Amino acid sequence: MKTLADLQKIREQVQKQMKVREGEQRGRIVVAMGTCGIASGARETMSAILDELEKQGVSDVTVTQTGCKGICDKEPVVDVAMPGQPTVTYGLVSPERARAIVNGHVIGGEIQSEWVIAQQD
Amino acid sequence: MREISLHILDIVQNSIAAGANRIEIKAEADTKRDWLTVTVKDDGRGIPDDMLERITDPFVTTRTTRKVGLGLPMLKAAAEMCGGGLRIGSVEGKGTEVTAQFGLSHIDRMPYGDIVGTIVTIIAANPDRDFRYEHIVDDRVFVFDTSDIRRELDDVPINALPVLNWIRGYLEEGIARVGAIL
Repeated sequence: MKTLADLQKIREQVQKQMKVREGEQRGRIVVAMGTCGIASGARETMSAILDELEKQGVSDVTVTQTGCKGICDKEPVVDVAMPGQPTVTYGLVSPERARAIVNGHVIGGEIQSEWVIAQQD
Repeated sequence: MREISLHILDIVQNSIAAGANRIEIKAEADTKRDWLTVTVKDDGRGIPDDMLERITDPFVTTRTTRKVGLGLPMLKAAAEMCGGGLRIGSVEGKGTEVTAQFGLSHIDRMPYGDIVGTIVTIIAANPDRDFRYEHIVDDRVFVFDTSDIRRELDDVPINALPVLNWIRGYLEEGIARVGAIL
């Protein structure tokens, strides 16, 4: 059974990681969470992103959310901003696409162009 | 929406947009009275009276990216479809409380769904806000509060992946002990 006491060990483990990279964040993933996004599967997309980052041991990427961006027909919509690259907006991001974006773009550095709906420098 | 838990995620987005620092979600299944009652309470900026009257009208929204707001109207329809209803109370400057009631065993009630996924998603994207989730099945209660977690974490952010993973497991266990709402 999990208890709050488990958190001490987790805290120490994360603090060690934080020390290694001195709190620097490598990139940012933003999932749109308007009603349109949620109805289209944004929660499952978010879960897949978190799960894939954890699986690949990536701890220096910020995952956050925004509201409806006005492109409701392309939901779930995900922005990826990596240093030295334009911010890329992906559309129709299913959990499978989300995992491919984490591996290909966030980790591999290659923009997954077939799912891109906008780019901004 | 396919699940009540997705509606909860959606209603919480309203609280976040209203600048809430603390959001309390409560789901209570009362098998004797045959109700499922879901409440989302926040300390956001509240809703002005003239807006409150029209808030379940799909053509009323504060957003500027599109002209319709479907979140509350859809929740209202989902509740009324199974003999329940929607109530919204709000005080400007203090906060808002949304209560949706569903006929627990009604054939048209949508499934409660993946509440753990909803809560983990909310915490992951909003590490600086506090959330409380109360899961009640008759006289059995499970309470989860991010302020309890935060106390154990020091400078470690609550949305660090190992912490989120632990929260996911903790919620799953706690809810299973009390009984899942289907």
